[in-house]
Amino acid sequence: MAKITFDGIEIEVADGTTIMNAARQIGGSIVPPAMCYYTPLKGSGGKCRACLVKVSAGSAKDPRPMPKLVASCITTVQDGMVVENTINEQVMDVRKGIVEMLLINHPLDCPVCDQAGECSLQDFAFEHGLSTTRYEEERRTFEKIDIGPLIQLHMTRCILCYRCVYTADQLTPERVHGVLGRGDASEIGTYIENIIDNEFSGNVIDVCPVGALTDKTFRFKQRVWFTKPVNAHRDCQTDKCEGRVTLWYKGKDVLRVTARKDEYGEVKEWICNTCRFDKKETSDWTLEGPAHINRASVIAQNHYELPVVNPQVIRDLPESTTRELERNPPLRLGGLNN
Amino acid sequence: MGRKLLTEHINVEGINTFEVYRKHGGYRSVEKALKTMTPDEVTEEVKKSGLRGRGGAGFPAGMKWGFLAKPEGVPRYLVCNADESEPGTFKDRQLMTKLPHLLIEGMITGSYALGARTSYIYIRGELLYVLRILEKAIAEAYAAGFLGENILGSGYSLDLHVHPGAGAYICGEETALLESLEGKRGNPRNKPPFPAVQGLYARPTVVNNVETIAAVPVIVNEGGDEYAKIGIGRSTGTKLISACGHLNKPGIYEIELGLPVEEFIYSDEYCGGIWKGRDLKAVVAGGSSVPILPKELILKTAAGENRLMTYESLSDGGFVTGTMLGSGGFIAMDETTCIVKNTWNFSRFYHHESCGQCSPCREGTGWMEKVLHRLEHGHGSMHDIDLLVSVAKQIEGNTICPLGEAAAWPVAAAVRHFRHEFEWHVTNPKEATAPGAAYRGAAVLA
Repeated sequence: MAKITFDGIEIEVADGTTIMNAARQIGGSIVPPAMCYYTPLKGSGGKCRACLVKVSAGSAKDPRPMPKLVASCITTVQDGMVVENTINEQVMDVRKGIVEMLLINHPLDCPVCDQAGECSLQDFAFEHGLSTTRYEEERRTFEKIDIGPLIQLHMTRCILCYRCVYTADQLTPERVHGVLGRGDASEIGTYIENIIDNEFSGNVIDVCPVGALTDKTFRFKQRVWFTKPVNAHRDCQTDKCEGRVTLWYKGKDVLRVTARKDEYGEVKEWICNTCRFDKKETSDWTLEGPAHINRASVIAQNHYELPVVNPQVIRDLPESTTRELERNPPLRLGGLNN
Repeated sequence: MGRKLLTEHINVEGINTFEVYRKHGGYRSVEKALKTMTPDEVTEEVKKSGLRGRGGAGFPAGMKWGFLAKPEGVPRYLVCNADESEPGTFKDRQLMTKLPHLLIEGMITGSYALGARTSYIYIRGELLYVLRILEKAIAEAYAAGFLGENILGSGYSLDLHVHPGAGAYICGEETALLESLEGKRGNPRNKPPFPAVQGLYARPTVVNNVETIAAVPVIVNEGGDEYAKIGIGRSTGTKLISACGHLNKPGIYEIELGLPVEEFIYSDEYCGGIWKGRDLKAVVAGGSSVPILPKELILKTAAGENRLMTYESLSDGGFVTGTMLGSGGFIAMDETTCIVKNTWNFSRFYHHESCGQCSPCREGTGWMEKVLHRLEHGHGSMHDIDLLVSVAKQIEGNTICPLGEAAAWPVAAAVRHFRHEFEWHVTNPKEATAPGAAYRGAAVLA
């Protein structure tokens, strides 16, 4: 076990835990944002640089600070490590810069984007970005790319997080798409306009943090916050698919089927294309009840929750630390008052 | 006359053949190491020599070798980074073309020290003719019993392969190189784990530059202590400097570390001064990725001391008045050089070569290039100059690999030292964009 201090909160985590996952054990809005990291996908993380944090003491053995900010999603904790995230000015500055960089080639077309309300970049920009940009140059645009009847690729919105590439690599038997080109000319592509077609291909939609990969059977049908998410399951015969999903209702109609996600937008269980695209009748499913959306997103309207620090973690903190944390705006110790 | 350790015989006719190279004392280090030394003793000599990586970072080579994990029954690799492609740096190419057997000798001795049974030379794809030279030399070494099974009856076996890349600057970054060598897209890996623990095929690997490996035979032959006597302080030995730009005698020079910069530029033994008798304006001392320095600071530090060609002296404890020895790509610019245009040109390169994996580098290099394009073409504003500095700061230190810094440092340093020139481009767009125009006003530091 390793004891670390994250934004003034002490926590003990298993050896080998990443700084990001240690922060997630604490919970609340102190958790660094993640645009490319995705727990179920091996090798993901370290690319978007959104989760950079300051390690002000490397470990108890070597308390020197790390010279550069580190990507919290791929850096493992050391006993005695002290990490600064929301309380570090440099980190906050860099994060503003990362938002600005990501928005250079990502249009703010949220009003017409199907990902609006579920977009990690939208949340990231809202929490850390500026209302203006200093970028005046021409932005890159793309011709429409056809990658099949089920998934729409909007390359213009892609922030090259590589999540869909890892998904295809690790989840499906034949990867037909990847990153082509270099630098800001890189793009997700299928090379010679192939289509993405296999039983688990729909999962690339779920992992996309922005609106680059959207569901062709759902797009433009409804704004997501006007739909009602309901958890459901069915006895799916497809190998590796558990058949546990979220149905998104508008009235009596199921407009969309997605995998269930946790509070960080990560899929808990992958689902097959049959469940996702072909089963859109209520009779196909056994309903479990309304899905709980516990993310700081507009889709949580009416039951919107502020992220709170895990009360289990802060229970044993000294009173002075708790008082200090309560005064610190990014930390809402809602759990303490419950 | 400075001592030549690597290039002593470079002009001997036929030195690229095994026979001539051997006649001039070639492969002695292999014999000495394999017959009289243990692998650890070889590593110890490299440590004693104080040899620092000649690829740019200047990390102590012996220490790097010492970090190599040595689990039982697991293969280890020595990989030579011959993907030289930094603008202004062209010394490895020369070394491989003229002295291929020196590199092979270093690879054998180094592989023996590290316990590698298979080693690779990863060479830039554009250097096809050098690839052919190396392949021929390797075949000769196999035929002479210096490669293959049971080398010189010592019981040690080694296979050496040359692997051409497809020509991407990023593949010179050691982890991107390993990815490429494994047959994948040349994207840098997140570190840790470092290659010494998980390198090629997830096995312990040492990646060294051509020049670093070429120095190993000298160290083994002469002894680490003898090697360490050359140079100054922690900058030991000799260094190949590829000098280019507005010099009377551009070329590749082997210098003893600690040579004064002034002597290197103006003495007849080296560059012979600035061409056409013009005045020196600025120098990029270690390849295009290092901060540019104006004449005043490249010859003397801010404290008035003579600037020496060493890792420490050029660094000068920071980048305000310092730069880096880097890979030894020495680019001299005379008074007619437009710094804005030059910076834009460097920036174009890094924009083109960014792998695109991480956001600050992918988007930031392009942004800087476009702003510089505007400034160079007379469409910039004063705000753009500060914007450049700000974007460079957003990239620096926040990327997966050092390409971000390589792109940001030259821009930030150019603005730092030649801000007047950028401002002149804004205030005098017509004059600034005229062919051959260069700012020749009062020096910033005068």
